[in-house]
Amino acid sequence: MAKFDHTRFEKSPFLFLIGILLVVSIGGLVEIVPLFLIKSTIEKVDGMRPYTPLELEGRQVYVREGCYVCHSQMIRSLRSEVERYGHYSLAAESMYDHPFQWGSRRAGPDLARVGGKYSDEWHAIHLGNPREVVPESIMPGYPFLGKKALDTREITARLKASRIVGVPYSDEMVAAALDDLAAQANPDSDTEGLEARYPGVIMRDFDGNPDVVTELDALIAYLQMLGTLVDFDLYRADEDGNNR
Amino acid sequence: MTTNTQNPGSGGAKPPLQIAAMGLAVLAALYGLALANATTSSVMAFHGLVFTLASVLALWGLARFKARPQGTVLSGPGVVYNMDVVKYGTIASVFWGVIGFSVGLLAALQLAFPALNFDVSFLSFGRIRPLHTSAVIFAFGGNVLIATSFYVVQRTGRARLAGDIAPWFVFWGYQLFIVLAATGYVLGVTQSKEYAEPEWYVDLWLTIVWVTYLLIFLGTLWRRAEPHIYVANWFYLAFIITIAMLHLINNAAVPLSWSSPHSVIMWSGVQDAMIQWWYGHNAVGFFLTAGFLGIMYYFVPKQADRPIYSYRLSIVHFWSIIFLYIWAGPHHLHYTALPDWAQTVGMAFSIMLWMPSWGGMINGLMTLSGAWDKLRTDPVIRMLVVSIAFYGMSTFEGPVMSIKAVNSLSHYTDWTIGHVHSGALGWVGFVSFGAIYCLVPWLWERKRLYSLQLVSWHFWIATAGIVFYITSMWVAGIMQGLMWRAYDSLGFLEYSFVETVEAMNPYYIIRAFGGGLFVAGSLIMAYNVWRTIRGDIREGEPLPESVTVSAAAATA
Repeated sequence: MAKFDHTRFEKSPFLFLIGILLVVSIGGLVEIVPLFLIKSTIEKVDGMRPYTPLELEGRQVYVREGCYVCHSQMIRSLRSEVERYGHYSLAAESMYDHPFQWGSRRAGPDLARVGGKYSDEWHAIHLGNPREVVPESIMPGYPFLGKKALDTREITARLKASRIVGVPYSDEMVAAALDDLAAQANPDSDTEGLEARYPGVIMRDFDGNPDVVTELDALIAYLQMLGTLVDFDLYRADEDGNNR
Repeated sequence: MTTNTQNPGSGGAKPPLQIAAMGLAVLAALYGLALANATTSSVMAFHGLVFTLASVLALWGLARFKARPQGTVLSGPGVVYNMDVVKYGTIASVFWGVIGFSVGLLAALQLAFPALNFDVSFLSFGRIRPLHTSAVIFAFGGNVLIATSFYVVQRTGRARLAGDIAPWFVFWGYQLFIVLAATGYVLGVTQSKEYAEPEWYVDLWLTIVWVTYLLIFLGTLWRRAEPHIYVANWFYLAFIITIAMLHLINNAAVPLSWSSPHSVIMWSGVQDAMIQWWYGHNAVGFFLTAGFLGIMYYFVPKQADRPIYSYRLSIVHFWSIIFLYIWAGPHHLHYTALPDWAQTVGMAFSIMLWMPSWGGMINGLMTLSGAWDKLRTDPVIRMLVVSIAFYGMSTFEGPVMSIKAVNSLSHYTDWTIGHVHSGALGWVGFVSFGAIYCLVPWLWERKRLYSLQLVSWHFWIATAGIVFYITSMWVAGIMQGLMWRAYDSLGFLEYSFVETVEAMNPYYIIRAFGGGLFVAGSLIMAYNVWRTIRGDIREGEPLPESVTVSAAAATA
């Protein structure tokens, strides 16, 4: 083979283009593809289930308002974080998150395990005006959430699209999406089907206004379930399948 | 090599092509209307109407579009360059720069004074911050890259830009992308992937624009009269093609319906995190680094009137930087649920990345060999040189922060914000300002800028702003990280989270002050550019030989 000469690249835009494509493909292939192939990437846990329709809509409010800009949902495996926020986050806990909400910055605290830490009422007041309960807070107020009825027109389509990308929503879950959404925010309704479909679901009138399901209902329902699904009594980090 | 390529068949943009483009514009206008009619979302209805309006404007532009004169020389001696689109791109860069920096200032002030969120959805920090990042990266940076790449690829190849309608489609199509993305964030349409927030339909539109951009760039290289492709174009080409790859994979999504603004991303959880930061760090690596290195490789030697320091170094650092950058993503995910092997690989490559980064810095700085005196007399060179210094600084800081032990302290803190801004304000900002200050007199064929003293003012005010910004964020970020992990004598965490928030306040104010200075500098630039375009020369300023940018220098 003739001595390699860089001018070959410099004289052919297409050769240059192919060279670049080959060189920039390698890193991604090595780092990304194995994450889909190596089984231990996502730990074996008990308790993970897809989001209920109300939680999913609440998550949509979380995304829309850009909460991820200031709040992480990823407790690192460091002593100070585990003591402040709870058990370090597992990959399994975000396996149904399309897209993930790990975040990159903590202008506010981590929310990976905020579920159950505060009352619904605290959340409702705090989201309306954070400084009423935390005077030093720099979080914006969201008083409009409690005044706005939740737009539920896309929930069935959202479940269907989620199913296409791999979230295990059954036909039954898709068919009952609207009923399930209403039932979760109204504990007096018939919730038997909802509970069967989504084990451990929290059913309450979250925002204190029983007349209408608001965006605030959905957001609080989402926040109250964050980090509560996995049963850590049964989780063994040293098990072979979880060795990563 | 063809020296005097005449356009056979004459006539430039042929009427059939123009008519076909007009037909497409009509279809696009109807599509926008259909979308606005079918959707249940008010934002999508608005975006449908914006799309229709843009299509009608495109139709109007196409109807008035004049084909290039018969016999226009396309390459070689006597080539007629297409510089009109570069002029538009330069003005758009200044315009979006001022807007993007100002929105950043608002975001900075909101963190210091939360009342500035006004409890209104479209003004709250969670929507303003993505508006800021996208405006500065994609609107300001993107326009700088499109304008300079269109300039550089023509000049260094002595070839006219490929296509006649296509470059205008890229320019205006890109502005439409910016408008759709920005209004989407403010109105609450986002897919929440950082620096890739636009939803699926805006992503698709950008893909069409970007592929056209790539084809124009390749077509112009193909047409070149110079035997070699100049090094600046290597970087532009790597930037364009790699951004296309990252964009397509990171944004893969299933729309809820053809008329819904929402979608569900293909990837989830840990895989999505990896793909996002593979994208995110290479938005830095290829958009904000490779592209702007292309600017450096043309404008620094040009303005210093010296050849590039080392051809060999440019080859070595080009291939190594594009190879290594792609691996660096996992350093955004240290100690997270990303498997350890991936974190370690990411860290190792991030540290190695230091070397090719400094290769670029050395090649840029050493180009000044024998011309260092120009730092004293030419504020534009000063801006370009300081940008390279900031590039060197932040590409040293980056590998340090990618070390797991350092990252355990720095991650999630405002140190990261400071690091990003030393690169963004110092490197990307200053190299862009330098290029704009070069381009404006060249493009509008002015003797020189309206005022070099104003360039000097811009330089010093903005530099002071950057210093306030990054030093306050260093102190604040490290303090924040130390407070989060501080223990008292009994072994309990010493500070509640909100105590750390409170402690940040003075630093947020200093940072906003620094950002304000940077905005003020950009306003000075906008004024200077405007007066230069008008053809004014500020009275009482000497015109030293070394800084006179004559038409002759520009055509060399």
